[in-house]
Amino acid sequence: MQLNCKVNGKACCFEIEPNEMLADVLRREGYRGVKVGCREGSCGACSVMFNGKPRNSCITLAAMAEGADIMTVEGLGTPDKPHLLQSCYVKHGAAQCGFCNPGSLISAKYLLDNNPNPTEDDVKEALDGNLCRCTGYIKRIEAILDAAQQMKKSAKSTRGKK
Amino acid sequence: MANTTKKTTAKKAAPAKTVKAVKATKTTAKKSCKKPTAAELKAAQEAKEAATFKVHSAPVKNVVEDAPLFFEKKLPQKDTLQVGYPLEKVDAMGLVTGTQKYVEDIDMPQNLLHIKVLGSPHAHAIIKKIDVEEARKMPGVVAVYTYKDLPRVMRTTAGQGFPEPSPYDTPTLDQKVRYVGDRVAVVAAETEAQAEEACRNIAKHVEFKVLDPVLDTEEAMTSKSIIHDEKDAYAPIPIFYDPKHNHCSHVETSCGEGKNGVADMEKGYKDADVVLERKYYPHYAQHCPMEPHVCMSWLDENNRLVFRSSTQVPWHARRIMAQTLQIPLKRIRVIKPRVGGAFGTKQEVLLEDVCGFVTLRTRRPCIYRMTREEEFMESRTRHPMVVKIKMGAKKDGTITALSMRIISNTGAYGSHALTVLSNCGSKVLPLYHANNIEFIGDTVYTNLPVGGAYRGYGATQAAFGTESMMDEMAEAIGMDPIKFRQLNHIKPGESSPIIKALGEGREGVEMIITSVGLPECIEKGKKIIDWDKKTKAYKKQNATNPTKKRGLGMCCLMQGSSIPEVDMGSVLIKMNEDGSFNMNLGATDLGTGSDTVMAQIAAETIGCKHSDIIVYSSDTDMTMFDVGAYASSTTYLTGGATINAAKKVRDQIVSVAALIMGEDVANVTIKDSVCYGKKTKKKVTFSEVANTALYGGENVKKMFQVGAIGSHISHASPPPFAAHFAEVEIDTETGDIDLLHYVAGCDCGTAINPQLALGQVQGAAMNAISFALTEEYMFDKKGRMQNPTFANYKIWTARDIKKLDCFLAESYEETGPYGAKSVSEININGGLPAIGNAIYNAIGVRLTRPPYTPEKILAAIKAKKAEEAKASKAPAKKAKK
Repeated sequence: MQLNCKVNGKACCFEIEPNEMLADVLRREGYRGVKVGCREGSCGACSVMFNGKPRNSCITLAAMAEGADIMTVEGLGTPDKPHLLQSCYVKHGAAQCGFCNPGSLISAKYLLDNNPNPTEDDVKEALDGNLCRCTGYIKRIEAILDAAQQMKKSAKSTRGKK
Repeated sequence: MANTTKKTTAKKAAPAKTVKAVKATKTTAKKSCKKPTAAELKAAQEAKEAATFKVHSAPVKNVVEDAPLFFEKKLPQKDTLQVGYPLEKVDAMGLVTGTQKYVEDIDMPQNLLHIKVLGSPHAHAIIKKIDVEEARKMPGVVAVYTYKDLPRVMRTTAGQGFPEPSPYDTPTLDQKVRYVGDRVAVVAAETEAQAEEACRNIAKHVEFKVLDPVLDTEEAMTSKSIIHDEKDAYAPIPIFYDPKHNHCSHVETSCGEGKNGVADMEKGYKDADVVLERKYYPHYAQHCPMEPHVCMSWLDENNRLVFRSSTQVPWHARRIMAQTLQIPLKRIRVIKPRVGGAFGTKQEVLLEDVCGFVTLRTRRPCIYRMTREEEFMESRTRHPMVVKIKMGAKKDGTITALSMRIISNTGAYGSHALTVLSNCGSKVLPLYHANNIEFIGDTVYTNLPVGGAYRGYGATQAAFGTESMMDEMAEAIGMDPIKFRQLNHIKPGESSPIIKALGEGREGVEMIITSVGLPECIEKGKKIIDWDKKTKAYKKQNATNPTKKRGLGMCCLMQGSSIPEVDMGSVLIKMNEDGSFNMNLGATDLGTGSDTVMAQIAAETIGCKHSDIIVYSSDTDMTMFDVGAYASSTTYLTGGATINAAKKVRDQIVSVAALIMGEDVANVTIKDSVCYGKKTKKKVTFSEVANTALYGGENVKKMFQVGAIGSHISHASPPPFAAHFAEVEIDTETGDIDLLHYVAGCDCGTAINPQLALGQVQGAAMNAISFALTEEYMFDKKGRMQNPTFANYKIWTARDIKKLDCFLAESYEETGPYGAKSVSEININGGLPAIGNAIYNAIGVRLTRPPYTPEKILAAIKAKKAEEAKASKAPAKKAKK
């Protein structure tokens, strides 16, 4: 069957099997930033933005994505033009093995999209679905708080210019 | 090599060996962990001076590279430009944008086969009948193998140096299955679903003769059920191995006040004011890397077998595959791309054999990835143990006797069985002075999941025992637990006979400890957690608050840095026209950041920026040999190799620059990729040097590639130190435990990259906490794990942390590259003892069977109350009399 959806802003048409999971389809189509760590919806490495909300793509049937607007980590930013969150992850040393980073970045983006002024507890809550065994989460929390701070500052300065 | 391997592990009835091992340590003085004599110190100093190597004048004496005992004398931190700074992790941007490639992230080869393995439903059984004919004819199925189809090669899956100290007890497939999940049959099919379907079909056509499983660690050696009754299991090095009694390894040693320096435990206990004996039961755990084990293989254009594997040990994997698949080593190439976490579980050559057989026989590429469930049940685990500690101490704090007896459960196969066991002693016992020390350890086989290397590697389990005992003893002799530790912990200039007595499958290497940052770890940690004030306040508070009890606990830790005179690492550095360098190294960055650390060390030594070093790791065809990422070795060991290679490259650059400038070699200095001539006042860039070397110049007619290989072995394994602190609140009505604050301070020598080093401390501390509080293997009565999912095996998330403070207390380790020693493993050892001690200080109950779940805490509180009620009745009667 065919799946029509938008991935990272681009309209796509994928040939899929009815029982295929979204994570597998995305990976097959080249979005390999989507990682699969558990296939039970527990680790969050496969998180993608699905119509504006983070979703575990390993337990989402690809067919359910018909008409959906999907963003993977590749859509967040590239090495040449990284998203502020990605730059902050690098700056704070939040990437160790990095396998869980794409998923947690999607969760972090959702947080900042909806809460420009997050507290440390808000960040912890937002990352609850993204397991990481390397970092102890500390540097990642610092990175996200830093990104929020910088976003606020730049928002203020652009307002000031107006 | 086998001839030089000394036998340190003797049967119980062979004390002569033990005596010999101890004799060599010359410990006949009163204190077993005595300070070295002036003569010994002088000899060590002379050896050090003789071996100190200078950066610019290294005449080649021998084709065999001298491994330096010590590196260039202390370089003050301020003078370094690349080492000691939180520089950007070289692969970070690729990791966070999803461009870095893990095993599965390449375009899959055409004709890729998917492998599934049918696991045993029984913990202990013999395959009586297996019929795979139907499965072979199923759609999409290309190959099905059972024990009848593959050559029986006994080897170990433990990726260790050759010859391995782990027994050869694991064929690829066997007629006997030894734990739930043990391999029954291998299927390769066009799709994963087809392979799974075939496995289900085979499951219907297997008949087992079910045997009694061995499930209890303490009863394993006397069980009538023998797990490895096959005739062909053996230990490849001369060590104790008695599978007929489920007895996989035995280590014993002692040192102290007895004849010839052995321990006189009786005297030790007699000299003590208090003698305590306790048993602790550190539990099963899984590493839980976010990327499960995964391996691909294919035949290349030259008919060579290529593995792309998520491994910590590419070279051991290549060697073990040559052995298992019975093909020449030269036909095998192992590529390690980015690895999604490992923590020891990928020091195991687990999937490559199956992939290799499928590819060789079908001539098709294949992939075998473990599911999360298989990862829990069929990969590797932390060896659970029974740790018996007996300690005697005087009221003044002198430890007169310390006995550690361990029974380690290696599960169905003996992976890392001996070495994890000996590390229980060698990475824990040297921490404290004791007049008499004995270590007696046994590893047993059971029909449970297989143990393996796991961050901490035995020290985690043993430190739980000693550090709990330190607290119990301090209380018993009426001394502050921190003071008791400060009084007894090892100091700079001291050694411990245990270090020499316990190596890995052979004797250890004698070592004088030179860098000890433990006092700072303790002092700073105390301050951060507000130890003095809170311990007093909580005593009062607990007396008045009936349901909410608070307590603080702490522990001290040590580990090692590489396996001395066993491990080797090597590095190749070559220069490019723009003054950048390729650095190809075998050391396997698993996410730890070792690629970055090596780039910083190379850049510091050469005189450029770390971003000018292009790091590639690891590939058995393309990069230099390295034993792999384990034993806390990479920074310390491969860092040494990096310095060795970088120094040679620097010398070459200097010689070319000197020719260009018409300057004397001795007068050339380097800074920021520019060479300066002292006399001529000329300067020449790295780019000019490289172009001249490659294409020639006015004074340079003999062109050559600027580049060099450096190797390194270590002669010591300097321990990093750490102090951990925990603050808990316990609800005595529900048993609920709240970890309010956790503090981990670590002395890792120089932190080459403080940000990455701190990340190692934080990650390990979090894993330690999670292990202590929630992670648990639950088995049914037949030995099947009941909770092999993240939903039911709880690892901590960001939301579970209240407050975690980690810090580095740097020291300078003279034998390490730029003063560095290890940092990666040690901090996983603190969770069990620090939190256990805090629980005791809160509610007066000591839990010896972690994890410390509310159920266990509540049960312990109830048991204590019942005991108190009983006791209060008894003295009441006495008083009447």
